[in-house]
Amino acid sequence: MNNTILVVIAASAISYGTPLLFAALGELLAERSGVLNLGVEGMMLMGAVSGFWAVQTIGGPGWVVLLVAVLVAALVAAATSLIHAVLTISLRASQIVSGLALTIFAGASGLSSYVGHVASLGGQPARHEFAAIDVLGLKDLPIIGPILLHQNALTYLSWALVAVALFYLYRTRPGLHLRAVGESPATADAMGVNVTVYRYVHVMLGGALAGIGGAFFSLAITPGWLDGMTSGAGWIAIALVIFAFWRPELALVGAYLFGAFSSLGFTLQTRQVHLPPEVFSSLPYLMTIVVLVLVSTGWARQRLGAPASLGVPYVREER
Amino acid sequence: MKKSVHIALTMLAALGVGACGGGNSPAGTGSSSSTIKAAWIYVGPTADHGWTQAHDEGRKYVEQQLGSAVQTTFKENVPEGPQVAQVVEDLIRDGNKIIFGTSFGFQDAMYTEAQKHPDIKFEQATGTKTASNMGEYFGAAEDADYLTGMALGAASKKGKIGFVAPFPIPEVIREINAISLGAQVTHPGATVQVVWTNTWFDPTKEKQAAESLLGRGVDAIGQGQDSPATGDAAKAKGIPWSGYDSDQSSYAPDVWLTGTVYHWGPYYTRQVKAVKDGTWKSDNYYGSIGDAMIGLAPFGKSVPASVQTQITNKMDALKNGSFYEFTGPLKDQSGAVHVPAGKKLTVDELYAMDWFVQGVIGSPKGG
Repeated sequence: MNNTILVVIAASAISYGTPLLFAALGELLAERSGVLNLGVEGMMLMGAVSGFWAVQTIGGPGWVVLLVAVLVAALVAAATSLIHAVLTISLRASQIVSGLALTIFAGASGLSSYVGHVASLGGQPARHEFAAIDVLGLKDLPIIGPILLHQNALTYLSWALVAVALFYLYRTRPGLHLRAVGESPATADAMGVNVTVYRYVHVMLGGALAGIGGAFFSLAITPGWLDGMTSGAGWIAIALVIFAFWRPELALVGAYLFGAFSSLGFTLQTRQVHLPPEVFSSLPYLMTIVVLVLVSTGWARQRLGAPASLGVPYVREER
Repeated sequence: MKKSVHIALTMLAALGVGACGGGNSPAGTGSSSSTIKAAWIYVGPTADHGWTQAHDEGRKYVEQQLGSAVQTTFKENVPEGPQVAQVVEDLIRDGNKIIFGTSFGFQDAMYTEAQKHPDIKFEQATGTKTASNMGEYFGAAEDADYLTGMALGAASKKGKIGFVAPFPIPEVIREINAISLGAQVTHPGATVQVVWTNTWFDPTKEKQAAESLLGRGVDAIGQGQDSPATGDAAKAKGIPWSGYDSDQSSYAPDVWLTGTVYHWGPYYTRQVKAVKDGTWKSDNYYGSIGDAMIGLAPFGKSVPASVQTQITNKMDALKNGSFYEFTGPLKDQSGAVHVPAGKKLTVDELYAMDWFVQGVIGSPKGG
């Protein structure tokens, strides 16, 4: 029963959707503060390379090393996002240009590959990795076993983060302030909320989560380091935020949908369903384009909850 | 405001320039008249623990053997496409006299460049096009693939074997057929189910393809991919796994069986030396397990001694010519006899192979 097509697809949707979920949650927080960061792919790769470096370098019991590696990945990617924060928040540069620059700077054939090269991380088998946990020994439980009870620790962490993000955004005062900063920074400012601090913090939180998403590739999916190993996941994550109407719970749904697409082609192939492989490799991008077209109308932006000041630098009147 | 945009744009421009460099020149730049420059073009990174790494070990072997008489260069991560011509032009400008292209998809660009530069020698792995200044080389991987298949067949309890395959081209089809024939020796009636990834090197996709096969209940898995990602998937399920290109056992030692490996070094050394001595001739070289271009990686600990002996005996038979895997009768997927009894396939027939032997599940035309 656990080898039926739907169970296989669902289990792999979660495995391959998790890095998208981390990155999308991070981007969601940044965008909620009004800062669009197109540097997700670059930050993910920085997280992937630094997380793997940590695993290969740090000594100690496996779980401690992995925990530290995830923290290192988050910190390094957050530091990377600081470039974007300074450029767009303090210097008020174009968020689009700065974000693109960040991806080119840190991404494939950029800083991340340089670090990988200098530390000669390529081709090394990982010393530790996030393996699937057999929760309560129930991994063979029909249907829900392989889907829900046999994932790795980072996947379970991502579920917790969705809940935390939901609570934070809709049930706490800082969450309310964050939404205010994204909707109307002038109003928030008048209320006494420090817009600059809120934006810095959430851009860097976004960086940290993108870093963990990147580390998911180098520590869980294919433990090891390869140039450009996230292969476009960062871009899918950005589209996912729009797809999810800036809501954490929908980001989870969208991440798993896109995760399912990434391996659907192979699953169908083994069931003798032959479609051109290009169809499946282009599906996530195709869906993204459709969603972008759908939400690009002014009506949809207002109805679907895009932060009103997204992409607009905040300038106090007196300056 | 203006100033900050300016900063961002300058940064973007600077990064754009920085991102273009991809090549490496491990040797110094100084060259004397007694030094020959030789270059390699790789489709993946040199540290892929697979195909490209095997070629790069060959390059290093040349350096060791010829010392200061040779200066080598390589370009890694070169996509199969229009960039190849540009990379070749760059290498020629740098003074390289012989260029090795190590991926099938480089062939057309290599051939065009060979026409343009008659004084430069071109060597293309796994292809078919030759010219007076362009040679082809490859090894009969199928010899070792057959032996790998025997290990897979012996390791599979149900006789359901999976195979993660890159592109539906003759060299890969040959590999799958050889593995299937080998598996059917140690496990009569064994099937080999194929999933096409349509990439040589993309670990995430390779792993997903492997998982899709494991989800179908295969209990031994092989690969023709350039990375050991299939081994990652196999390890997670404790399924025996065979690798390809290089000894990949360190990735998943517990489930490792064996794998086909290439030793390109001696061939590269001969060819570079021939160019230097002025004796180079265009050829279509097909190495084998007999001349050690092809070999079998060390057995994993899960391969029983009796199976190891059986495989080693077969390897000796392949080496001394008393056995050849593609000898008729060979049946195709429909069960019809494709190669009549007693007939041995020729190299030309191997290079045109577009059909699967009986027992392979999947289409030889791709996914």
